[in-house]
Amino acid sequence: MRVPIVELKGASKEYVNGSLRVTALREIDLQIFPGEYAVIMGASGSGKSTLLNLLGCLDHLSKGDYLLGGENISQFSDDQLSDIRSRRIGFIFQSYNLIPQLNVLENIEVPLFYQGVSEAEAAERAGALAERMGLADRLKHKPMELSGGQQQRVAIARSLVCDPILMLADEPTGNLDSKTGNEILELIDELNAEGKTIVMVTHDDDIAHRAQRVVCFRDGEIISNDWNGASAP
Amino acid sequence: MTTLPLIRMVKLAVKNLSQYKLRAGLTMLGIIFGVCSVVAMLSVGEGANREIQEKIQRMGSNNILIKSVKVPKDETSTETSRSMIASYGLTYKDAQQFSQYIPNLKASTPMKVLRYDVQYKARKLQTDVIATTPWFLRVQHYRMMRGRFLTSSDMEFGSPVCVIGSRLARILFAGYDPIGKTLNIDHDAYTVVGIVGDIAQGELPPQGELWLEGENQNVYIPLRTYLNKRGDLFAQWSEGGGTFEKIELHELILTIDKQENVIRAVDTARRILRKNHKVEDYSIVVPFELIRQARETRRLFNIVLGSIAAISLIVGGIGIMNIMLATVSERTREIGIRRALGARRQDIVMQFLMETLILSLSGGMIGLVFGALIPLMITAVTGVQTVLTFSSFAIAFTVSVTVSVVFGIYPAHRAAQMDPIEALRHE
Ligand SMILES: Nc1ncnc2c1ncn2[C@@H]1O[C@H](COP(=O)(O)OP(=O)(O)OP(=O)(O)O)[C@@H](O)[C@H]1O
Ligand SMILES: [Mg+2]
Repeated sequence: MRVPIVELKGASKEYVNGSLRVTALREIDLQIFPGEYAVIMGASGSGKSTLLNLLGCLDHLSKGDYLLGGENISQFSDDQLSDIRSRRIGFIFQSYNLIPQLNVLENIEVPLFYQGVSEAEAAERAGALAERMGLADRLKHKPMELSGGQQQRVAIARSLVCDPILMLADEPTGNLDSKTGNEILELIDELNAEGKTIVMVTHDDDIAHRAQRVVCFRDGEIISNDWNGASAP
Repeated sequence: MTTLPLIRMVKLAVKNLSQYKLRAGLTMLGIIFGVCSVVAMLSVGEGANREIQEKIQRMGSNNILIKSVKVPKDETSTETSRSMIASYGLTYKDAQQFSQYIPNLKASTPMKVLRYDVQYKARKLQTDVIATTPWFLRVQHYRMMRGRFLTSSDMEFGSPVCVIGSRLARILFAGYDPIGKTLNIDHDAYTVVGIVGDIAQGELPPQGELWLEGENQNVYIPLRTYLNKRGDLFAQWSEGGGTFEKIELHELILTIDKQENVIRAVDTARRILRKNHKVEDYSIVVPFELIRQARETRRLFNIVLGSIAAISLIVGGIGIMNIMLATVSERTREIGIRRALGARRQDIVMQFLMETLILSLSGGMIGLVFGALIPLMITAVTGVQTVLTFSSFAIAFTVSVTVSVVFGIYPAHRAAQMDPIEALRHE
């Protein structure tokens, strides 16, 4: 059996606000393998975003272990997690999350900046990705001057620029009309076909059909974990 | 722990600041005014200080100046007051005792200062005639412009020679060479042997202080010559009739070998004078003491100035903190994005600190420029002496930058401590 890229063992997340405790994830066990395209579904508040934030090393587990690429990172320091985020994770958000004062090229370069990649190399890599996303004539534009679909393409280019081992997308088409959304989804399919491991949160059943695997959540627990037609790796 | 290349952090900061040009400019104003006022005040203060120091220095820090002072009549109940002759002031006996009892005394320069008509051909004017000894020149640090000063042989023989101030030379001789000419001082003939330079020497306006007043218009003659001709009695005629004054010495300059011995010498001199004089018909000026007082005044001035500067810079710093806090909260989302994309806490701290630093550095620079221009303008318009010192630049600059960084750390720290997830959710 191959080494999973993501392995959660008895992973729990609890939010504590004063005397109020919310358990967002309850003892989850989950494995995601290289090259997989997994979709996370579930009602609002079921813990999908919480899971994605944990996978993306933006948050610490309350209990349990998280192995990323075979490495247990549960006890990593804040700086170590930052480093993992910049080198191994690609984020795509529902609201694009581009930095408004930076132009397209500069936005794509941001993760490279924190890796200390030289300016010339960063510009080259960002430029190539922008071209691939069909943004070659928009390099100097600010995000506000772009359509939603274009902004999400910039975000995808940015998530790819570090060549991450895991791509995380939280409802990437939530803010887009269905046609533009479809284009984005096709782009994601394409990336998966190239071998990228993708975990995507969505509400849409139709979108779920695109993935090989659908993980359903309810109240912080996995209620189903199906492979669409394919067999478990 | 690696840090990102400085140049790129600077570039990023400049880029971010240029998003908020007006805001950045207004924030800088606080630092600009702070630095500007500090530099300007320091230079005006330093100018005033130099001026005082120069004046005092010219009196000679190793000197003790003793001057005869006329006391109101009813206090001088000596027999001479009845005989219409006012007799007061320093005596030869005092001078002789100073020479005898003051240790470390290098020279004693007696002076008679008298007001007489001075005449060359048809030109005539009233001025101070100072009868003194050759030492005078060295004690007062005057520069000879032409000829020579009084010599010891002038003293010995009571030669009828005089040295005149450069201004007097200009007024009386108007273009002719005064050397060798005969000058009439109250109808006594004296030969001009030298011209002594202006006290101002082009640096200060001629209205010197204390007894340097009008010096360059004076006539200097050998004390011996004067005594031979006139003695100690001085008659002064006014509309009501005449008064006679008997003053042996108007002024006496005691020169001490080293500064640290001056205070002891003053004590001895004071004791001698108390013993010899029933009333205090003399005054003692110690330039060395004046310098000490001036230094003390300056120290106080610096403390006051320092407080004002500190307050204005703190105000500037609070301004910076205020703006940076607003900027940080406005850019919460950006902070979340950067953290999600791999920025470490220290990267965020550096990003905001760099923005603060650039604001305060450029504010500091502009402040320095204005701070240097204002004293120049003050000097140009009012003629008040100002001095720009490098240390005032350095002080203003480092303090302002330090203050800004200190006030910038809190907002930057706050930015770095944000939870990335919450920051990303921020609208
Ligand atoms: N910072 C927080 N503090 C307290 N509770 C939180 C916090 N973040 C999330 N929760 C709670 O955790 C649970 C899971 O939230 P999560 O955001 O993961 O839901 P979700 O599945 O992404 O929902 P949606 O589909 O609406 O985005 C919810 O009950 C939510 O209220
Ligand atoms: Mg969610």
